Amino acid sequence: MLEFIRQPWPWYISGFAISLIMVMLLYFGKSFGFSSNLRTICTMSGAGKKVKFFDFDWRKEIWNLLFLVGSVIGGFIVSQWLSNPGQLQLSEATISDLSNLGIQFDGGLNPSQLFGKDFATSPKGFLILLIGGALVGFGSRYAGGCTSGHAISGLSNLQVPSLIAVIGFFIGGLVMTYFFFPLIF
Amino acid sequence: MKGLKFILTGILFGVVMAKSEAVSWYRIQEMFRFQSFQMYGIIGTAVVLGSLSVFLIKKFSVRDFSGEPIKFQDKDRSWPRYLIGGSIFGLGWALTGACPGPMFVNLGYGYWPMLIVILGALGGTYFYGVVKRWLPH
Repeated sequence: MLEFIRQPWPWYISGFAISLIMVMLLYFGKSFGFSSNLRTICTMSGAGKKVKFFDFDWRKEIWNLLFLVGSVIGGFIVSQWLSNPGQLQLSEATISDLSNLGIQFDGGLNPSQLFGKDFATSPKGFLILLIGGALVGFGSRYAGGCTSGHAISGLSNLQVPSLIAVIGFFIGGLVMTYFFFPLIF
Repeated sequence: MKGLKFILTGILFGVVMAKSEAVSWYRIQEMFRFQSFQMYGIIGTAVVLGSLSVFLIKKFSVRDFSGEPIKFQDKDRSWPRYLIGGSIFGLGWALTGACPGPMFVNLGYGYWPMLIVILGALGGTYFYGVVKRWLPH
């Protein structure tokens, strides 16, 4: 049984579970949107004293921070007890495209070349990770949501603005992948 | 404990995202290169089942656990913020291979450089708050 669970889970199990999580949060009187936590953490750090956008009662958002803590624990549980004994099955085409950029496929979840100690502590690597995160943080608040808030909650509620946001996600992702990657890596 | 259910739901989220490899930088690259169905399958299934759930909740006026009607908030009708903000988000999503949720799942998994990405995301969120009033929405 454990051996079975440790295999990578198929997309339909994951998709079903994510919709279930959305419904569970609705049943708890909340709505599924992860990036709001970033705003809440800014507020908790005192950003509300200087910037009006962060001036709200963060205690109402504690539930979402607990969800965040849970997601960290979830990642830990998988890495400790449920990790895939084999290599990640990445498509040959992706392996070859990345190899042309100088990024080697090493079989893990994330390339150690980008998420290892050497890269993260080099000036270039540190900046890439920091700027990448900044784009995600800025963009998700500007767009009013991230993948969970727009692509899952928003599209499920047939919101046209969410569809526009998801189209934006892909415009940005494709520009980064095909235009900036060859310049960066 | 009132908060426990949110922690448990979060754990389910973290486990599912990690086990279906949706937190993988490689899988996000595969998605943006249209070389695998996995990510499209995940998001597609979630949206189809999610829409059906929202439809049923509205049709039968389902109430939440405290007896309040479940309400859905419509997003503001405009496009610049969604298109521009979404595109900026997409640039970062492809570069780091992580949207906000997976950043934290990966951190729990042991990828500590994600702390730098999270720090950046907090900085970006703060910067948005500062410049918000000058941006087209």
